[in-house]
Amino acid sequence: MTDIDNFRADTRAWLEANCPAEMRQPIRSEADVCWGGRNWKFQSEAQRQWLEAMAGRGWTVPDWPKDYGGGGLSPAEARVLKEEMQRIGARSPLTSFGISMLGPAMLQFGSEEQKKHYLPQIARGEIRWCQGYSEPGAGSDLAGLQTKAEDKGDHWLVNGQKVWTSYADKADWIFCLVRTSSESKQGGISFLLFDMETPGVSTKPILLISGSSPFCETFFDDVKVPKDQIVGEVNKGWDVAKYLLGHEREMISGMGLGSGGSLGAATKPKDPLLRAAIAAFDVDALAFAAMSERFAAMWKAGEAHPASPSMMKYAGTELNKRRNELAMAAGGSEALEWDGERGGKVPRDWLRSKGNSIEGGTSEIQLNIVAKHILRLPGA
Amino acid sequence: MTLLTDDQKMLQETAASFLAEEGSIAKQLRHWRGINCRDGFGHDLWKQFAELGLTGISIPESHGGLGLGATEAALVLEEIGRNLTPSPFLTTAVVGARTIAGTAHADRWFPGILSGEAVLALAVDEGPRHAPELTALAARRKGNGFVLNGAKQFVVQGASADMIVTAARTSGSPGETDGITLFAVATDVAGVGIDNVALVDSSKAARVTFDNVELDADAVIGEVDAGWGPLSAALKAGRAGAAAELVGVASGASALTLDYLRQRKQFGKAIGEFQALQHRAAHLYAEIEVARAAALKAAQLLDGGGEKAELFVSVAKAKAADVAGLAVREGVQMHGGIGMTDEHDIGLFMKREAVLGELFGDVFYHRERVAGLSGY
Repeated sequence: MTDIDNFRADTRAWLEANCPAEMRQPIRSEADVCWGGRNWKFQSEAQRQWLEAMAGRGWTVPDWPKDYGGGGLSPAEARVLKEEMQRIGARSPLTSFGISMLGPAMLQFGSEEQKKHYLPQIARGEIRWCQGYSEPGAGSDLAGLQTKAEDKGDHWLVNGQKVWTSYADKADWIFCLVRTSSESKQGGISFLLFDMETPGVSTKPILLISGSSPFCETFFDDVKVPKDQIVGEVNKGWDVAKYLLGHEREMISGMGLGSGGSLGAATKPKDPLLRAAIAAFDVDALAFAAMSERFAAMWKAGEAHPASPSMMKYAGTELNKRRNELAMAAGGSEALEWDGERGGKVPRDWLRSKGNSIEGGTSEIQLNIVAKHILRLPGA
Repeated sequence: MTLLTDDQKMLQETAASFLAEEGSIAKQLRHWRGINCRDGFGHDLWKQFAELGLTGISIPESHGGLGLGATEAALVLEEIGRNLTPSPFLTTAVVGARTIAGTAHADRWFPGILSGEAVLALAVDEGPRHAPELTALAARRKGNGFVLNGAKQFVVQGASADMIVTAARTSGSPGETDGITLFAVATDVAGVGIDNVALVDSSKAARVTFDNVELDADAVIGEVDAGWGPLSAALKAGRAGAAAELVGVASGASALTLDYLRQRKQFGKAIGEFQALQHRAAHLYAEIEVARAAALKAAQLLDGGGEKAELFVSVAKAKAADVAGLAVREGVQMHGGIGMTDEHDIGLFMKREAVLGELFGDVFYHRERVAGLSGY
């Protein structure tokens, strides 16, 4: 047996012994997702055991270095772990913006002290993070942000407001873009971390058209932040922000796969014109699934264009909106039921999907990026 | 899906430089359409394919070929599509050669294919829309052999072919997949009538009539009444190949259009500076990337014998035709008036897309198949 075969056999045996049966059931609702954090209430003992077992091996972040709480796995080993987890239908032990967004940026731009301090906490699911990017006056034009961090000698003094902060009301810490200089637009931004319990921080959930409130307005009123909580250099936060957005877009683009599987097989449309529209969608969805696979392989091998997550994000989110439109049509009047026994999942998902092509950079911004950085069109 | 191997990348580079140089629109397509030759392609170029070993791409190494798969064929076909290179590569080196591989017909036709002398064609359609199960062309037993009567159309390069792989009905009724038999019909046999038709893209397809064509029993490819299996395999190879060629057509049209967006000036600036065009160009780019991934996935599944090969071949053909259609429509529109002239190449891409999109089933045919294979 080769090393990788041995690794697969060991992994399979370990998962068999350590993944509780309950954690092999499909995710039924948001409540089944484990986000971790200081105030996390485990949904069940099995959820707690599973997180602790995986975190103990560094397998919540299998490809991060061991020194920072990761599993230190090679890309091939990480792939085997993923395959073996899929084989038994194991849930992800931990979902977190620390893993998918902050961690990769910190590995790239953080100081050694920061990596040693923050990354293991992220890996163990001890701190739940939120992202402070957009502001009321800075959406697509993100670099126009005005939240100010003033250098007060021994601390930063932060004042301003963020919006669309995902789960800010449930988060322990925030990674936040702040203006540390007004002399340059992109060159006056810094990437700051701070505790959401710091005096002066407050949050207010935003009720969406889908009926849920995953986002908040977040207010900073004379918030004092220690000087060493900047990632990367002062006024160079835009580089960190862009790098992180690449990871965010890569993650969002995965949503193009939606709940997976053929929409036609799930809805069995009888109306011939609806069936035709759904078949056209299924072709596009399967083709995009091939693209996702190819993109992931190319990204890992360093063969993908650095701006290609924008292309994936655009294509994936537009596809997901189409899926939800067609699911509404296939559901007919039943898809209009907001409460009652069926729980209104179809219309809520439909409405929520409209945000996919807005959050993380609108489709129009992604097309701008493709036109400029990939197609190199003039003046883009 | 796996990334290309080093060998595959080398083949891709070889094909790309060979076809850009020797297979260019100016040297091949415009030349042959200008003199309206019988074949619509150049035999000298086909000999060059042979010298590079490419005519034998699907022929097993034991027969002197390269013994490569659908993935390698797709890489070559994408370059063919990009340059609109007319050649019998898809009909002969991919579909024809794969269909007779492992049968008694291989010994007769492989040497000619390898040397770039023999051309094979596939005769399936009997009506204007692709529907292989509707095969009605009658093959009745006579003595030890068969007599064929009926007609085929859209037989690509049928007039150039030395042998036409022909789907005929030996039992059952049109609509049934059982009872179809594949025959290797040499075109010099008495009773074969060939009406050579130029298509919109200046390629040639024949209407072929079979008037009491007498064939020996050994003309059968595979088993009598069980031709659906080898026919499906031939069509899968053809569809995956056409999908890859369509991706090339889309890429070629898009490259031409992007150049034009950079060069053409109106209102004092390059028209590529206008966001109305930038967004459409960027959308097209994303679509072409998706189509390329689908074509590659289909080819890899064919090579790996994956159970989803059939599904993904139809996904690839439908998606690639859809996207190539978008690419050529956007191409002509963004070129403005010059795009409507025969002198400019962009219109040639539009014409080629129309033919490849139809070949072996159009977008609607393959969406229907995806729905059927997905259980709805």
